[in-house]
Amino acid sequence: MPYGPHSADDRARMLEAVGVDSVDRLFDDIPEALRSSPLRMDPPEPELALTARLLELASRNRTDLASFLGAGAYRHWTPAAVDQMLLRGEWYTAYTPYQPEVSQGTLQSIYEYQSLLAELTGMDVVSASHYDGGAATAEAALMTCRATGRERLLVSRGVHPHYRRTLETYADGAGLRVDEVPLAVEGPEAGTTDLAALQSMLADGAPVAGVVAANPNVLGLLEDLPRIGALAHGAGALLVHVIEPVSLSVLATPGETGADIACGEGQPLGIPLQYGGPYLGIVACREPLIRQIPGRLVGLTRDLEGRRAFVMTMRAREQDIRREKAASNICTNQALLALAAAIYLAAIGPHGLRDVAALGAARASELEAALAAAGAPRLHAGPYLNEFAVRVPDARRVHARLLDRGVLAGIPLAELLPADPSLADGLLVCATEVTTPADIATFADALRAELAGGAA
Amino acid sequence: MSVVGEKLQPTIFELSRPGRGGGKIPHPPADALDRIPASARRITPPALPELSEPEVVRHYVNLSTLNYSVDTGFYPLGSCTMKYNPKLNEWAARLPGFAGLHPLAPDAASQGTLALLFELEAMLAEISGMAAVTLQPAAGAQGELTGILMIRAYHRARGDLERTEVLVPDSSHGTNPATASMAGFKTVTIPSAPDGGVDIAAFRSALGPRTAAIMITNPSTLGLFEARVGELLEATHAAGALAYMDGANLNAILGRFRPGQAGFDVMHFNTHKTFSTPHGGGGPGAGPVGVRELLVPFLPSPRVLQAPDGSFRLERDGERPLTIGRVRSFFGSTGVLIRAYAYLRAHGGTGLREVSDDAVLAANYMKARLSGTYVVPFERACKHEFVASASEIKHRTGVRTLDIAKRLIDKGYHPPTIYFPLTVDEGMLIEPTETESLETLDGFIAALLEIAREADDDPELVTSAPHDAPVRRLDEAAAARQPNLRWRGMTGVERPCGD
Amino acid sequence: MVPGDLRYTKDHEWVRVEGDVATVGITEFAAHQLGDVVFVELPAVGRTLAQHATFGVVESVKAVSDLFAPVSGEVVATNEALGSRPELVNTDPYGEGWMLRVKVADAGQLDGLLAAEAYEQLTAEG
Repeated sequence: MPYGPHSADDRARMLEAVGVDSVDRLFDDIPEALRSSPLRMDPPEPELALTARLLELASRNRTDLASFLGAGAYRHWTPAAVDQMLLRGEWYTAYTPYQPEVSQGTLQSIYEYQSLLAELTGMDVVSASHYDGGAATAEAALMTCRATGRERLLVSRGVHPHYRRTLETYADGAGLRVDEVPLAVEGPEAGTTDLAALQSMLADGAPVAGVVAANPNVLGLLEDLPRIGALAHGAGALLVHVIEPVSLSVLATPGETGADIACGEGQPLGIPLQYGGPYLGIVACREPLIRQIPGRLVGLTRDLEGRRAFVMTMRAREQDIRREKAASNICTNQALLALAAAIYLAAIGPHGLRDVAALGAARASELEAALAAAGAPRLHAGPYLNEFAVRVPDARRVHARLLDRGVLAGIPLAELLPADPSLADGLLVCATEVTTPADIATFADALRAELAGGAA
Repeated sequence: MSVVGEKLQPTIFELSRPGRGGGKIPHPPADALDRIPASARRITPPALPELSEPEVVRHYVNLSTLNYSVDTGFYPLGSCTMKYNPKLNEWAARLPGFAGLHPLAPDAASQGTLALLFELEAMLAEISGMAAVTLQPAAGAQGELTGILMIRAYHRARGDLERTEVLVPDSSHGTNPATASMAGFKTVTIPSAPDGGVDIAAFRSALGPRTAAIMITNPSTLGLFEARVGELLEATHAAGALAYMDGANLNAILGRFRPGQAGFDVMHFNTHKTFSTPHGGGGPGAGPVGVRELLVPFLPSPRVLQAPDGSFRLERDGERPLTIGRVRSFFGSTGVLIRAYAYLRAHGGTGLREVSDDAVLAANYMKARLSGTYVVPFERACKHEFVASASEIKHRTGVRTLDIAKRLIDKGYHPPTIYFPLTVDEGMLIEPTETESLETLDGFIAALLEIAREADDDPELVTSAPHDAPVRRLDEAAAARQPNLRWRGMTGVERPCGD
Repeated sequence: MVPGDLRYTKDHEWVRVEGDVATVGITEFAAHQLGDVVFVELPAVGRTLAQHATFGVVESVKAVSDLFAPVSGEVVATNEALGSRPELVNTDPYGEGWMLRVKVADAGQLDGLLAAEAYEQLTAEG
């Protein structure tokens, strides 16, 4: 065993103290008929060989291509200090701070994370973290049902489809009904939540607990959140605003849009893409909903001698105490990712964060112009920040061909949002501060060649 | 002003000074945001702190030193399996080929990660004796929800709508009943028998046509193997219900007991317990779920599939119509799964069995050495953890388990899990793991024996502990009555004393 | 010592009857068992409670307990002071720590409650 310290002599001493002659005796209570057959697995691999295996596997992934992928997970540059800090064993090999006297580091870092995200979102209360944007959105939606005592949710199709599917799974378990609000198909509002449809859905059918909408939405478009919020509130429902945290340095916050709850994916704050996780689920709310927020919370208090200190608080809401009456079964959170986000925000600062958003917007403008010139104009007219859809005839085939030309040409909307035929010719593309003019030129040139029917 | 202890740190907000930091991002063009309508813009800029990089680094390094961790000491936290976190795994997860892979990258660009995940699924299926595994759940509790939702979908698909109850032993983790509630089931709590196992008579009388599932932690949260597990499974299946195994304690039985082979229908793994992925101060975890053949159609989507040409791909939407859907976005906590993969490869089948052998031996050794001074309510061989109780010490001296836990901090150890399971008075759940040397185990045993003597000789010393930690005991009632959950603004910018 | 003029339930609620209004709280024994009370969730005024049904929740730092209605009736008042000072449940359980007032629907139910002596015996048995 590679990490075990015991010598044969150590084991003999322990067996003697226990009073058995073999470790097998300690497993005698497993009924014979139920004992395991030997595991059919490869033999242990020495670290030298395993290192080579892992390097080889990693090298099979193509992360060297010009990438325009977004849709809920974003490439960003992260200051080197972030990962250097995360590599300290005191952070990543500690567990949940159940013993606050020896966990002040983790506790204070979570309190600071809650505070930083409260500033960024304009909300009063932020939970210590959730699994990811999908689970956070599901939990946020369920909060509205507990707060209002209603059992129907409206979710805009502008919310990421994975979040909607996750919400469906959670809502199905809880016996709640979820209806999807369509996107407008035509006009300047095309691609954003259909407000007329929302209005009539709020008026008809069972009373609505919460309306869930994203800004920017999954197509990168900016939504009229204040209007959506006003419609929701007019019907006695709460507004859940699905956020993208970097954009909040420049876009109206949930605090400003009138949202009651904010949720979303914290990955853009210094967390690597790593094929989907671990990521950082953000859940935040206004003060009156504090009792509804699931998961851990860290609060400030004092010790016996009056020193300032931090502690997990309002614990009696959680599953380990409330058991079947808990609002959520969440236990593990994403403390290390919340720490990464906090260090990222501290290292990059408020002006740096704004520059990240603005530079992404600038690169996206360049991308828009280059793709339009190459024959792929925008699919929608409305404003966007750094992600947008373009119209490409036979988008899926072109997308596959561009991969051969070294370009990850965004995401075919026919795959991401197959239910909407108006998007069938769309590619969703994204630029951030790490997108280079050379990448944009590569994409545009390859696209031009492809649309011209040229060979690679 | 705030009173900050000498060893403590000011908050990042107190350290902020206007104009510090910056220079990391090239300046964007001045007109970059002009195309964003004013109505869509943020009005008040966020009051985020401004610091130079050296200050940021010092802040987080100094904060980290306030933590106890596996890398700095013995962490016998029962039910959490705080084993050593191999450094190779940290290196592997950070390889640019893995860390930089976008979750929506086409399959053709993701073959390395997909191959790894496919192999990992197969290894976990083999370890658990299950037919298939989903890697999607983000943590153990989400794995539980996934498993119970699959069980619900299974009954519904058979037209069996009457099953509304889930049976859970009283010693279970709180996540079990909370999960049952989230999935729309009523929890029926089954008492423990005097030997620590499930009370079979109570179990049988609760079991019936309304039972959808039983949830069993095996070994139990008392560290005991459920010796009547065969009987439990048989009765469960005879009643038409399915059996869920909480795999939190898998570290005790690797290569000894395969839940699927024994008859469990579904189980979750906690990679951050059994397979050494770091706990990260409370997360991230990953909670893969293994199922027997009858539940495969209901697994969350997407799974990793292998094509006839040997290449790998993700399942497409709608490819498996009976799926319960998604429990989170994208594929799963891949970075965590890469670490678990490296751990499993490093151990192989024989190494995993040695892991459990040494974990169980270490726990029994500590139990034998502490027995007599502490009450060991269950005499029979434990698995990877055991419950000791300070009930006699409390009766004799007034010193409680909480006090003993705090006193352990003074002696350089992280306390065990205390007051869990709730079924043992003044209990502490001690889990040494297989990666701690005999000297470390002996040192911890000596500390617990010494504290028992202190309780007799100088109880005040124990009840007022810790004395040698960055802070003393905290006012948790005040924290909960008037919650202060965020720093407000950048006010109070004063250097703390002792700086 | 429990006040002799109150009625009690096995779930550790006390009842003080004045006219047709019953004031309800939890006993000192219960408050002590819970430890430092940090939050009390009470029903809205106007809600009708059924005897033995849960009407709220009391939370301490590390425990939680349901509250059960000792009698049926409409809630006519709740103790708003507990919102900002839940510790009153610990410091003055039979006075300022009261939880709600109920307009008693069936005075006969009061006869089924425990007298002080019987309650004291119950808690002495543990």
